[in-house]
Amino acid sequence: MNGLPARYPAELGSVHRLTGAYVTVALITLALANVPSIYQALDSAGINLYATLPIFRSYYQGLTLHGVGNVLLWTTFFICGFLSFTMVYALRRPLASMRLAWATFWIMLAGLVLAVIAILANQATVLYTFYPPMRAHPAFYIGLTLVVAGTWLVLLNFIRTYRQWRASHPDEPTPLAAFGALITFVMWTIASAGVAIEMVFLLIPWSLGLVSAIDPLLARSLFWFTGHPIVYFWLLPAVISWYTMVPKIAGGRLFSETVARIAFIIFLVYSLPVGLHHQFTDPGISEWWKLVHAFFTFIVFFASLLTMFNVAATLENAGRARGARGWLNWILPLPWSEPAFVSQVLGMFLFIFGGISGLANASYNVNLIVHNTRWIVGHFHLTVGAAVTLTFMGITYWLVPYLTGRALWSRRLALVQAWSFFVGEVIFSETLHRLGLLGMPRRTQIAAAEYVMPQWQSIIGMPLVGIGGTIMFVSGILYLLNITLTLVASRTPAQVEVPLAEYAPGERRVPPVLDRWRPWVIVTITLTLVAWLPPLLMLLASLSPVRGARVW
Amino acid sequence: MAEAGPPERHEPYLYELAWILPSIAIPTAMLVAVVIAAFGMGIHLPGIAGTVDPAQLRETPPFDNPGLSQIAPNHYQLTIVASAWQFQPNEVRIPAGAQVDIVATSRDVIHGFEIPGTNVNLMVIPGRIARTTVTFHQPGTYQFMCHEYCGVGHHLMWGRIIVEGTP
Repeated sequence: MNGLPARYPAELGSVHRLTGAYVTVALITLALANVPSIYQALDSAGINLYATLPIFRSYYQGLTLHGVGNVLLWTTFFICGFLSFTMVYALRRPLASMRLAWATFWIMLAGLVLAVIAILANQATVLYTFYPPMRAHPAFYIGLTLVVAGTWLVLLNFIRTYRQWRASHPDEPTPLAAFGALITFVMWTIASAGVAIEMVFLLIPWSLGLVSAIDPLLARSLFWFTGHPIVYFWLLPAVISWYTMVPKIAGGRLFSETVARIAFIIFLVYSLPVGLHHQFTDPGISEWWKLVHAFFTFIVFFASLLTMFNVAATLENAGRARGARGWLNWILPLPWSEPAFVSQVLGMFLFIFGGISGLANASYNVNLIVHNTRWIVGHFHLTVGAAVTLTFMGITYWLVPYLTGRALWSRRLALVQAWSFFVGEVIFSETLHRLGLLGMPRRTQIAAAEYVMPQWQSIIGMPLVGIGGTIMFVSGILYLLNITLTLVASRTPAQVEVPLAEYAPGERRVPPVLDRWRPWVIVTITLTLVAWLPPLLMLLASLSPVRGARVW
Repeated sequence: MAEAGPPERHEPYLYELAWILPSIAIPTAMLVAVVIAAFGMGIHLPGIAGTVDPAQLRETPPFDNPGLSQIAPNHYQLTIVASAWQFQPNEVRIPAGAQVDIVATSRDVIHGFEIPGTNVNLMVIPGRIARTTVTFHQPGTYQFMCHEYCGVGHHLMWGRIIVEGTP
């Protein structure tokens, strides 16, 4: 496209097996975590499948597997694999230490296995938020802690790789994809301090019986210290793909690298001081600090708007480069027959609506109407369940053929899959938003509840959630089928390139301040301390520890 | 003038500004609306209302006597104790138009308290006292339920508020 052949040094191949291992674990986890999703979809339509096909001990065991498996494990494993690949290909050099990289993988896999066994054995039916004083088996907490510790080792390897690259490229701006990958892991590592402290100092000693009581609100606040930035940990790898790979697939170039870097830096700085917007209705936390976190959330929304603009302008340029004219005609010539493109663009489109409903969540007292209702479920299925998931699926549509050398088993099936997931998601999430406004609670086995209100049961209410969810479930099966058949049955050699944008030396101009680390990390840590230290110290000064209970 | 062809952008900054300025203006306007709703119209979030030992609820007022009590003319306090998997009380009769201060806590794990159709939405956390205020203007039956997962009986946890009289 840009006159530069995408020839990569052969030693980059060392990352292929690593990425393949992470993606394989991610896909197996995705399959496992979505067995319960059909149960949940039908439950929302008032059909209780748990009694008919009892493979789960309860609705809530299935829901724990669904939440932990999808948002904590599938995402994390996919991200570690995909961004290791991205770092290596963007910097055109292997990871600093493959030994460290493989040790990291095995630590994370051991953690995953521990946590999943605890869930399958019904010893950790605590949902993905694991709020104490609900007490799970120690294996659950230890397993998840190992997964988090593994992500820190990924960052360590990335930093060493980046330093090596920098030593031989002193005057070149960091390639945007590598810059984004580093931002993702730097942000996540600072953010995960909250849940790490919660695990190591509160949950693990308490679940082992070393201490008898735990402060639920302190633990919950440490969870949300990490729990909001984790959504950017999921989203940023998708954004990296939108900025650095989708333009190439679409036949264009990123509209503005400067705007992209500003967005990345806003995501770094403002992902952290916002977590209290998950605790607007909590007692024991001052209203003023809730308002401060609401304010910062609005700033991080600005970064999402910048992203939307930059990506849309990029796609418009790509369409015009293919000869389109007029206001909207540029949409038609885009590569709508390319599954890797279609899946990601549909994800981007749904992200617009996920962002908007997220702004309602963050809007301080507006949150009183939606907190812990199905609105929230609709919201995060649009963000992590659609924008991120459809993007990751789209990435695998080129990445799996690239890694295996086998062409995708069926491109047509992949297109059907992406569109059906999109349609299912629209029906599912739109309905959930409305049901939330009518007060229908989330994380509740509604088919067994006595208080179901007639307005929830209307034909455009609960039944539509069941229909939308079932379409997504079937689409998920088609996805896994296509990937599996690519691995075992595809005989056609793949003809795919890594869709990273290529630039001639000296072609990119980046304001130097947007390629520096120290100032932005200092700003991030300072702002995080300003936003979190006072409310956390107030909690420490009013500790109210309680004993644990097993309630499942 | 150039002949017809793909439109060229000669003023990229204008193009970017046309997006960036509304991107700042829209969230700012929403934030102003939220602040006006909070401080002008008095729609507040729950805040700090004290701690309580969940093992001592039977001996600690007001939780030793859950239910409705009148504290002034047309002003009541509704004390709620949540536990797995019930609310005490689970049925309350309240006169329409009265101010009701809701005070809630949990005996065991985290619960939630939500009354659809109102601004009442509380996390009920053991060890902490949750507090909010509501006025029911319309007579009728309102239901409340637990909206935080609290165990296998979570979906059985609910109750009713019957608002009586003329608005």
